[in-house]
Amino acid sequence: MSARDEILGRVRSALTTRPEGEVDVPRAYRDAVAPVSGDAMVDLFVERVEDYRATVRRCTVAELEQAVAEAVGQAQAVVPPGLDWQVPGAVADDGQSAAELDGIDVVVTAAAVGIAVTGTIVLDHRPDQGRRALTLVPDHHVCVVRASQVVATVPEAVAALDPARPLTWISGPSATSDIELSRVEGVHGPRRLEVLLVTDA
Amino acid sequence: MKVALMVTCVNDAMFPDAGKAVVTLLRRLGVDVEFPEAQTCCAQPMVNTGYLDEAVPVVRTFVDAFAGYDAVVTPSGSCAGSVRHQHSIVARRSGDPALARRVEQTAPRVHELTEFLVDVLGVEDVGASFPHRVTYHPTCHSLRLLGVGDRPTRLLRAVRGLELVELPMAEECCGFGGTFAVKNADVSVAMGSDKARHVRETGAEVLVAGDSSCLMHVGGLLSRQQSGVRVMHLAEVLAATEGAAPSVPPVPPGAAETPAGAGIGGRS
Amino acid sequence: MTATFVGMPVFPTAARAALADTQLRRNLAHATSTIRAKRLSVVSEVEEWEDLRLAGAAIKDQALLDLDQHLLRLEERLTANGAIVHWARDAAEACAIVAQVARDHEVDEVVKVKSMATAEIELNERLAEHGIAAWETDLAELIVQLGDDLPSHILVPAIHRNRAEIREIFLTRMAGAGKAAPADLTDDPPELAAAARQHLREKFLRAKVGISGANFAVADTGTLVVVESEGNGRMCLTLPEVLVSVVGIEKVLPTWTDLEVFLQTLPRSSTGERMNPYTSTWSGVTPGDGPQEVHVVLLDNGRTRALADEVGRQALRCIRCSACLNVCPVYERTGGHAYGSVYPGPIGAILNPLLRGPGSGDQVDSLPYASTLCGACFEACPVRIDIPTVLVDLRAQVVDAHRGGVPSAQSVAMKGAAWTFGSGARLRAATRASGLLGDVVRRFGRRSLPGGRSALGRLPGPGAAWSGARDMPTPPSESFRAWWRRTAGGTSETSGARDPEGGPGTPRPNPGTPTTTGDRSPDQSADPSGRPAAGPLDRGVGGGAL
Repeated sequence: MSARDEILGRVRSALTTRPEGEVDVPRAYRDAVAPVSGDAMVDLFVERVEDYRATVRRCTVAELEQAVAEAVGQAQAVVPPGLDWQVPGAVADDGQSAAELDGIDVVVTAAAVGIAVTGTIVLDHRPDQGRRALTLVPDHHVCVVRASQVVATVPEAVAALDPARPLTWISGPSATSDIELSRVEGVHGPRRLEVLLVTDA
Repeated sequence: MKVALMVTCVNDAMFPDAGKAVVTLLRRLGVDVEFPEAQTCCAQPMVNTGYLDEAVPVVRTFVDAFAGYDAVVTPSGSCAGSVRHQHSIVARRSGDPALARRVEQTAPRVHELTEFLVDVLGVEDVGASFPHRVTYHPTCHSLRLLGVGDRPTRLLRAVRGLELVELPMAEECCGFGGTFAVKNADVSVAMGSDKARHVRETGAEVLVAGDSSCLMHVGGLLSRQQSGVRVMHLAEVLAATEGAAPSVPPVPPGAAETPAGAGIGGRS
Repeated sequence: MTATFVGMPVFPTAARAALADTQLRRNLAHATSTIRAKRLSVVSEVEEWEDLRLAGAAIKDQALLDLDQHLLRLEERLTANGAIVHWARDAAEACAIVAQVARDHEVDEVVKVKSMATAEIELNERLAEHGIAAWETDLAELIVQLGDDLPSHILVPAIHRNRAEIREIFLTRMAGAGKAAPADLTDDPPELAAAARQHLREKFLRAKVGISGANFAVADTGTLVVVESEGNGRMCLTLPEVLVSVVGIEKVLPTWTDLEVFLQTLPRSSTGERMNPYTSTWSGVTPGDGPQEVHVVLLDNGRTRALADEVGRQALRCIRCSACLNVCPVYERTGGHAYGSVYPGPIGAILNPLLRGPGSGDQVDSLPYASTLCGACFEACPVRIDIPTVLVDLRAQVVDAHRGGVPSAQSVAMKGAAWTFGSGARLRAATRASGLLGDVVRRFGRRSLPGGRSALGRLPGPGAAWSGARDMPTPPSESFRAWWRRTAGGTSETSGARDPEGGPGTPRPNPGTPTTTGDRSPDQSADPSGRPAAGPLDRGVGGGAL
């Protein structure tokens, strides 16, 4: 008998003592009033992102290119192919190896969703965010989030995302609590996370 | 209301004063409490050690002893928890549907002392007086298995002269744990030593709790350490009228006319 | 390479050794109190926390009670998404599958995301037998691996190590495994983390094969989820050409939507954060992004055994958050090694016997007794595993597994107690005997408890387990039931009646204090006459906090 058939057989015989009927999942947690909305929600998002010691700068669409340029400074930047704005001096992603990406200082991307309550940014790696390695290997991630992308809660984010795409949920810079359970920012992922929040988009 | 005292085997054999205190207290509050002499033990020692077959006759004795009472009061969070959470498991093990039915009838009527006082009798000031510095340890089963919450401290705060000081890390287990205290004696003593240290830090004269077995464990450590702190069951503090001005005692209806337990004692 | 748990002693023996390690005790107390405070703070932010726990438990039950269907759905979706699905009955089979994938790609090393499933099956040791080095990339796992140590916590396997010990391990061991630690390394945690970054980066950049577990496997979308903090997970999941994920069959969730519960409860319960720094999800192969060859190994290794256990199957809800470890007063004092498994603490005390079978060995059989049943674990568990109830049920299974042989001292004692407790009359005789014994002891006893009652000192024989550190009051002359009978329930007690000493807490030393029912309160304020009783409490089973 194949391992597959044997395991499925074991599962079925284990469940002969299962209580009858379907299990209902109580979803009362969804009735909890979304704690914030509108501007207060965006403010909470900013506060919570900063709580992880990421930096947040607010700007308008018109100010965005300037803000990106200031965030990147003189550093060597890489950008995904579908970015909607210019990053002067940046190289485009053309399938660089991980080792090549390791020689690049900063990556500039867009995002898919922001979650206010948890201060989380979710990337779904569409062309304005690029493949996963792009936002992983360089040590500094400049991430542009539109205020209209911010939702209040985790359930709203899960509902807004497409599971068929690879997703990366980012809450602050890389961190560890493995030494005496004290939080240390910066291990393997980008040690600097800078969020540019576009407020009129 | 026909009320029975479930004294618990530990109080019966080792700490009879806790049981006497419950009788004093309840009579003072007008409850004509009876003591069914057929009672023995809640069977928790067997159940928690894994001896379910051995627990079956003990549970049978329990439901026999307490049949026909409206309420059963016990000065033990742990034993109340055992009855309400474990007797159905034992009944299932017995394969005897009649026992299961009787457990279903009896178990919900069993109240830990503070639940009975606050929820059933609706009292918080039980007329006690105890002018001492006291700290209270919420035992795990009263706290987490029964959820007695702040009932014990509400009762204690109403005691005249009593100074209640907060116990650091109060909600952490003392390390007794039934047979754990001897099967894992080293860990048990390590936990109990920390509890005893926290008790000493309060500067209290008396450590109070609602379970005599936990008190035996922590009290045994406090005694070995010559700490000078004594342990008392919560019932004993609530029964105390130390230093209270003498006055005419109220005579609860029924208590004087019928000696409590009369007629029950002959059953065993 | 990491040591193994094979041949560990029974819990009380291992615990005794751990209790004597002062450094360990201090490290554990510091770490668990830190994480407890953080967890409490972020959990209290969430008003609907109890609703989330209820939902989490129900979703897991839903998955487990129709597990065959969900596994088939998961397999179908994964396959449709370009992944290769394997099934492994046990540890050996799972390790062989991973080794075969590595050999197919002719690699002599793999990089690993922290994964409980691969630790459980001792994958690193098996790969080493094939000449393949498995590099742990989680900081704590790296510390354990470099130190030839054993993990002692589910989330923070090196919780038993402090910063000075970690520095020492890095300085002496890193060079042998790759890039050496800087010679001037201090014990400052950011510096230690930076050393790990430098050491591991060359491994990430060259690795061809990555190994992971999964926190969740979503059946209806074929999605695997890895929840992590450092970014080592992202490295392993993204940079290699080949990814192998070893996933316990209990990790399945029916639907994508179900993640909305666990992505709220897991981070808050485990690291005490609103959200962990990184969560990665992937559904098979994404062309042009990440590994282009994706394997998933669905692992049984005792899980179907646990599933068959009607009481114990709830342990398979576990999402490995380790909140139960952090709140456990036993774990806090012994650390994880005493449990002899990669799954320590309260969840380990039930999961190991459930996976391996009660009665399968003394070490496993000692675990269900490694608890005071205090219930702190149940209270903290985000999927409401009633660990105390499962512990008690497993104790019964351990006892049952040993019935029929030569009876142990414990079983003789329990049978004796059952007989005594079988009737009030037998108990009366027994307490009379203990009272007489107490009278004898009291005559020779030298110790007295605060409050005046005499006490037993150190006892010989089996009593030593109690009395080594604790006094025990001598049994009173008169049991409660004897007093009740003699005084007609305290109504006929005369002064000077038999009661030679007060208990430790008797209020008697103060004149005027009633000890028994013969007295009535002089306090009018307590007069309850006219106060109606509130009727029976509507708090039956389950009415409490649990």
